[in-house]
Amino acid sequence: MPGLNRLTHPLGWGARPAPARPAGQRPQPAQGVATAARPQRRDPAPSRLAYRLTRMWLTPLYRRFIRVGLPAFLVCMVAGIWLSDETRRASLQGGVTTLVEKVQTREAFMVHRMEITGASPAVEKGLAAMLPVTLPASSFDIDLDGLRAQVERLDAIEKVELRIKPGGILSAHVTERQPAVLWRHARGIDLLDKGGHRVASVTSRDVRRDLPMIAGEGAGAHASEAMALIDAAGPVLPRLRGLERMGERRWDVVLDRGQRIMLPEDRAVAALEQALAMARDGDLLARDVVAVDLRDPARPVLRLGLTAQNTLRRAQGLPELAPDGSLIEPDEGGASGARGKTTAAADGRAAKRG
Amino acid sequence: MRDLYQAQRTMRQMRRNAMARGVLAVLDIGTSKITCIILQFDGPGQFRDTDGVGPMAGQSSFRVIGQFTTQSRGVRYGEIDTMGETERAVRHVVQGAQKQAGVRVDHVIASIAGARPASYGLAGEITLTAGKVGEQDVAAVLAACDAPDFGRGREVLHAQPVNFAVDARSGLGDPRDHVGNRLAVDMHVLTIDGTAASNLVQCIRRCDLELAGVGSAAYAAGRAALVEDEQELGAACIDMGGGITGVSIFLKKHMIFADAVRMGGDLVTRDISQGLRVPMHTAEWLKTRHGGLEATGRDDMEMIAVGAVSGPETGDWETDRRTVSRADLIGIMRPRVEEILDGVRAVLDAAGFDHMPSRQVVLTGGASQIPGLDALAGRILGQNVRIGRPLRIQGLAQQHTAPCHAATVGLALHAANPQDEWWDFEMPVERAGVIGLKRAVRWFRNNW
Repeated sequence: MPGLNRLTHPLGWGARPAPARPAGQRPQPAQGVATAARPQRRDPAPSRLAYRLTRMWLTPLYRRFIRVGLPAFLVCMVAGIWLSDETRRASLQGGVTTLVEKVQTREAFMVHRMEITGASPAVEKGLAAMLPVTLPASSFDIDLDGLRAQVERLDAIEKVELRIKPGGILSAHVTERQPAVLWRHARGIDLLDKGGHRVASVTSRDVRRDLPMIAGEGAGAHASEAMALIDAAGPVLPRLRGLERMGERRWDVVLDRGQRIMLPEDRAVAALEQALAMARDGDLLARDVVAVDLRDPARPVLRLGLTAQNTLRRAQGLPELAPDGSLIEPDEGGASGARGKTTAAADGRAAKRG
Repeated sequence: MRDLYQAQRTMRQMRRNAMARGVLAVLDIGTSKITCIILQFDGPGQFRDTDGVGPMAGQSSFRVIGQFTTQSRGVRYGEIDTMGETERAVRHVVQGAQKQAGVRVDHVIASIAGARPASYGLAGEITLTAGKVGEQDVAAVLAACDAPDFGRGREVLHAQPVNFAVDARSGLGDPRDHVGNRLAVDMHVLTIDGTAASNLVQCIRRCDLELAGVGSAAYAAGRAALVEDEQELGAACIDMGGGITGVSIFLKKHMIFADAVRMGGDLVTRDISQGLRVPMHTAEWLKTRHGGLEATGRDDMEMIAVGAVSGPETGDWETDRRTVSRADLIGIMRPRVEEILDGVRAVLDAAGFDHMPSRQVVLTGGASQIPGLDALAGRILGQNVRIGRPLRIQGLAQQHTAPCHAATVGLALHAANPQDEWWDFEMPVERAGVIGLKRAVRWFRNNW
């Protein structure tokens, strides 16, 4: 039998040895134990280096240096290195300029025309000539404040309001000075406004016959005072020739027929009213009075005309006076009186001219 | 003595520097935990009169801005045992506190609990030449104390003048400008092992910190846990820590005695671990969660699972499913706590605590939180026993107001206003040359 036969054969040629079996394994620990065999816990204490770094980080100086100083330095360094090249700098500058130009010349910022209101044609022409740029131009190129200051330096213009309106319109609203008085002085005749500011020059008084006249050195600076006097001189206005500044300190009211009312330096209006009151009560100005001297308001002085003086002298039996102030012999009295009259008339004409 | 004087003066200077900077750390290195709190000194004027906050016990001048507690490593019996481990723990705790405070601290006041403290009462006496006590005389009488041989390698930790006497008038707190012919002083000196102190200094230095002062943990706990009246009338503070139980006796607001019993709460844990055959952390958990000292009938029925409650299972079902009754646990804990209290009793007897006018005992520290301790301590230490908690200081977190942080809080108070120590007074100048010259001048004046 093959089975017996096999047993009789020596082991080794046909039979295989029993497979090597692993030794009985130890019982596996439960799942909980497997998880419990955790890796070694990390040391919670910081390492020496970490400790020192933390402390360093908590030092205010370091903290500020790291958080502010270092980034600032880096930014500056990068910018500096980049800008150290000439072409890069030029290209950056060119780029910035182009960008600015592009924005400034956008349609929204362009000014196409100028619109002037409230100005006479001459002023309007001058204003258009004063604009420093040729239109159309960008509104960034127009310095409105500078332009306004420049325009207001013109005598004829009291105030100008410049603004750039939507739609590209440079609007200038001009308020012109209104001439209120004529000022005759050594260099000619000027038109002044209410405040005494020069408006324009005129060649002759006939250009503006409607305006009152003032004269004398320094009268222009006190034109407002003169206006007040003219306002106060209501009843004698038809006879008023003008005001004259005497010695650059006080006013004379010049009337026709060579009459003058000499006013004091201060409270001139009150003195004029006093003179007018005297004129109203005693019909003073209709008589032969050359000057009403109110320079001392407490002591009005009247200067009589030659005719009046001679009439008085005749009544007193005194010799009459010649126009030059010399005594006339009694036989020539009539002739001298007539001559005095003509002289007064000539004086009046001269005053009218002045 | 002169070296010590200089070293302590240097530390005082450090403390002043820290106060000028306004930030000071307090480091309490205990056997079971390390606590660091960072104090911010805002100076006087932080509170207005209308706030109703007086100077109190000196704790109104600072507030806590950072605090951190971690498990202590490498400390045994209140002394540094493995320097590297302790250094790591100190780094950890300082970094945590710094992180919370957001400021860097450089100056640290540390406590030392163990190191075999020994306290001495010294007496000194001088004759007053001026007939009046001056600043120099106070320094001279302190220097005139005859110091005994403290032993080899001992360092003076505290040297506080406790009492001054001018002629027959004793019990003076401040003898300056008193008239008399004789000035005497009683000084309390606390010495510790020099090696432990230098280990502490070394450990602090390796953490890049400057030591601004060292205080005894027992003294600090007494300052924090005793109320003012107890300090004045006489009381003992028992600081039951993990590795060591500190004892300090206060009278007239001065510490007059300090010692330590080298047993603590860790020993109780070890007993539980051995008795119940559980790992140490399980034993600690059992002690803090279920521990007690007075067994009642109900405790026999309260079974506690001790097998795998807080650790990995061992794989042995029988071991993992063990239970003990709470009475068993109490039976293990009570003898050991009794032994500790007996040690404290022995220390108090040696100090003559029975002769104190008021025999108040205040238990504080981590181990004082065992339920039933006050009853047990009352049986061993006398009837006037209470559990003390540290003073409240501004900014301290709730978790740090437990009795186990009494030493930390006390150190903060100590840092804010330290009591006078010997080295706070100027060293008396050697006036021999000056006196000789004066005598010569006087001789000339009398004879010429």
